[in-house]
Amino acid sequence: MATVQDIEIPDSAARAAAIEEAQDIQGEKMVLNMGPSHPATHGVLRIVLELDGEVITKADPDVGYLHRGDEKIAENMTYTQFIPYTDRLDYLAPLANNVAYALAVEKLLGIHDNLPPRCQYIRVMCAELARISSHLLGLGAFAMDTGAVTVFLLTFTEREKIYNLAEAASGARLTTSYTRIGGLMRDVPPNWCDMVRQFLKEFAVALAEAHTLLTRNRIWVDRLRDLGVVSKEMAIDYGLSGPNLRGSGVNWDLRKNQPYLCYKDLDFDVALGSVGDCYDRYLVRMEEMKQSMRILEQCCNKIPGGAENKSKEPVNVADGKITLPSKEKVLTSMEELIHQFMLVTEGVNCPPGEVYFGHENPKGELGFYINSKGGGTPYRLKIRAPSFINLSILGELMPGAMISDVPVILGSLDFVMGESDR
Amino acid sequence: MQTQTEYGYNSKVEGDVVLTTVDAALAWFRKNSVWPMPMGLACCAIELMAVGASRFDISRFGSEVMRFSPRQADCMIVAGTVTYKSAGFLKRIYDQMPEPKWVIAMGACASTGGMYRSYAVLQGVDKVVPVDVYISGCPPRPEAVLDALMKIQEKIGKQPILQGTVAAKLLHLDEK
Amino acid sequence: MSALESANKIKAKFGDIVAGPTEFRGEISLKISDAEKIFDVCRFAKSIGFDYLVDISSIDNYGEDPRWTVVYHLRAIGNGEEIRFKTDVSEEKSELPSVLPVWRTANWHEREIYDMMGIRFSGHPDLRRILMWEGYPFHPLRKDFPLAGKPSDLPGVAFTQVTPMEGGPFVTLPSSSDSIAREPRVRVPENAERAISDKRLVDGKLK
Repeated sequence: MATVQDIEIPDSAARAAAIEEAQDIQGEKMVLNMGPSHPATHGVLRIVLELDGEVITKADPDVGYLHRGDEKIAENMTYTQFIPYTDRLDYLAPLANNVAYALAVEKLLGIHDNLPPRCQYIRVMCAELARISSHLLGLGAFAMDTGAVTVFLLTFTEREKIYNLAEAASGARLTTSYTRIGGLMRDVPPNWCDMVRQFLKEFAVALAEAHTLLTRNRIWVDRLRDLGVVSKEMAIDYGLSGPNLRGSGVNWDLRKNQPYLCYKDLDFDVALGSVGDCYDRYLVRMEEMKQSMRILEQCCNKIPGGAENKSKEPVNVADGKITLPSKEKVLTSMEELIHQFMLVTEGVNCPPGEVYFGHENPKGELGFYINSKGGGTPYRLKIRAPSFINLSILGELMPGAMISDVPVILGSLDFVMGESDR
Repeated sequence: MQTQTEYGYNSKVEGDVVLTTVDAALAWFRKNSVWPMPMGLACCAIELMAVGASRFDISRFGSEVMRFSPRQADCMIVAGTVTYKSAGFLKRIYDQMPEPKWVIAMGACASTGGMYRSYAVLQGVDKVVPVDVYISGCPPRPEAVLDALMKIQEKIGKQPILQGTVAAKLLHLDEK
Repeated sequence: MSALESANKIKAKFGDIVAGPTEFRGEISLKISDAEKIFDVCRFAKSIGFDYLVDISSIDNYGEDPRWTVVYHLRAIGNGEEIRFKTDVSEEKSELPSVLPVWRTANWHEREIYDMMGIRFSGHPDLRRILMWEGYPFHPLRKDFPLAGKPSDLPGVAFTQVTPMEGGPFVTLPSSSDSIAREPRVRVPENAERAISDKRLVDGKLK
């Protein structure tokens, strides 16, 4: 004969109450190492996470896996020899780093306000192209980490077009080393502005497509909204810069507040967020790309000398002690020969003193603090890396989030380890 | 390619020929599905991502499956500067890859330390893992990465696969 | 320039320990002669509007005494003023107060300075190395440290022990030959025969 048994299945509320009563049940927190080699950590970043189930209770980022000793290398070479190292800082936007470093050394020399106008316009165009390139990759990698793989291929196609532009101007796709102290490596080719205009036409379509894929996408918004909220005070206290700072509502853009090059003559808006969550930072970056397009359009129209430089505007400061003289003069005239010799062997002779110059890089404020005791090599070069400082907020942002939110937070901060570790 | 459906043939006469053909087939499968493990450390990783994107399409070579898990990968592409701090985990990941495995040292930094002759940079990843192909460039163009992949494919194509294995012994495939 | 006014306010408050302000290329610098007071100066600077710490740098004045100079770059987000503080620390002491309570961004800056130069910050809750690994014996950015570095032990971080799966049929045997010779090609694992012939096994189960 079958016996009838009553099985008690308490509902979840009763079960939770039962667990709370049993005080000796203590879950151990798991320590998970989100290691340096991880697809979603945007480079070699190690985060030691302490987890309570899926929820993070503590996060300790461990950087330094790409520390290459740039600052010590800088003390051993001339200012011009250091330019290729600046390419590799934020390797998603090498043109912007080149411009930042050249401006810092030119500030030390005292000529950063008096560059030839054509040089200023070309540098602005390079910086804005770099901004678009960096934001595109940040967006593509961010979307890919959260699962939206199409956006990655879309953005990379546009980045290839920017690589074509960089290659036409400087000869290299990624590590351009385009600027020099007092000017540029060479003038842009005659059809470059037309290539930029063509790119802008195609890019507008691609940006609109990325918007339709992501901005009002239910899954995207649900994953990004109200996550990783950084308040205004927190953003300023932690030294954030760039889109991370503006995403929290702080109106600080070095192009507007401390204008350099020809940004004063250009018309553009600064994108500001309101809440400071991941969605805001994403929207700020998308809007910044649109504003960069506006700046590029204006530069193409206003560039001194026009696209083909028929009036032969110079792109280098006309000072023999700063710019390398032309080869015909070097081989025929004594003074230019001596200048060439001194510039190549000893470098640009900078006065003793110290300067700090901050540049609005796509990742934030890339600053160079140069302490010089005179001569052609710096005594101390400190690189104020925006990604390094943006990462310090991770210990504060992650606790409370779930482990699947980690790629979202990392992607929205948009850092790059080459710059963070230098 | 000859197909073989039975093993009861006269191996004294045809043994080596069969082995070579099966080897060739297996090598063909292997070399057209090299799954890379992208050890993307620095700027070369961006060019590696560009190789995987639509313009340079590594998928034509069967390698778009960039497995970040070493247990599922064939070829580790070391893309970027290897620092002393990174050397430990790089070696450990290499150890975790199952055989057969190959290593591509992409770029100047992975090959020899590149332009970083400093206190923190390992002067070449071949100091910790054996490297099969070195790619020069800083960063190398994506076409150069594809060229290196083709060299690896050539190397795989020449490797004997069944010779000397337990399977060949059991099937009496190498008795004279 | 209002940065000059702020500099004069700081000078007025702190008197002789503040020297300057000096100007170079449009930047105002103040020299704080007593490094112990840097926390108070920074707290006062924050109260008059410098709420954003841009950067902390360190300089090694090799051959001079005091050997270290720590440089603080401050900015007021509200009106965009910038100011620089410089303070000297001698080598025997190599320590100055941390400004972490004033700006939380100082946390990682000070850890980096400790890592690279060896200057300690008193009051810092977690002063450990950040760019080099824990246990690295040197401070690389010092002028007497060579660029190519000195030999040291490789880090114990990132667990360099032997990976699991040793002795299995697909595992690489350590050797320096190329991949053709290394490939195990389904070799019989070392302990396989022993397992098959284990007399303790009866019907596949241990007696």
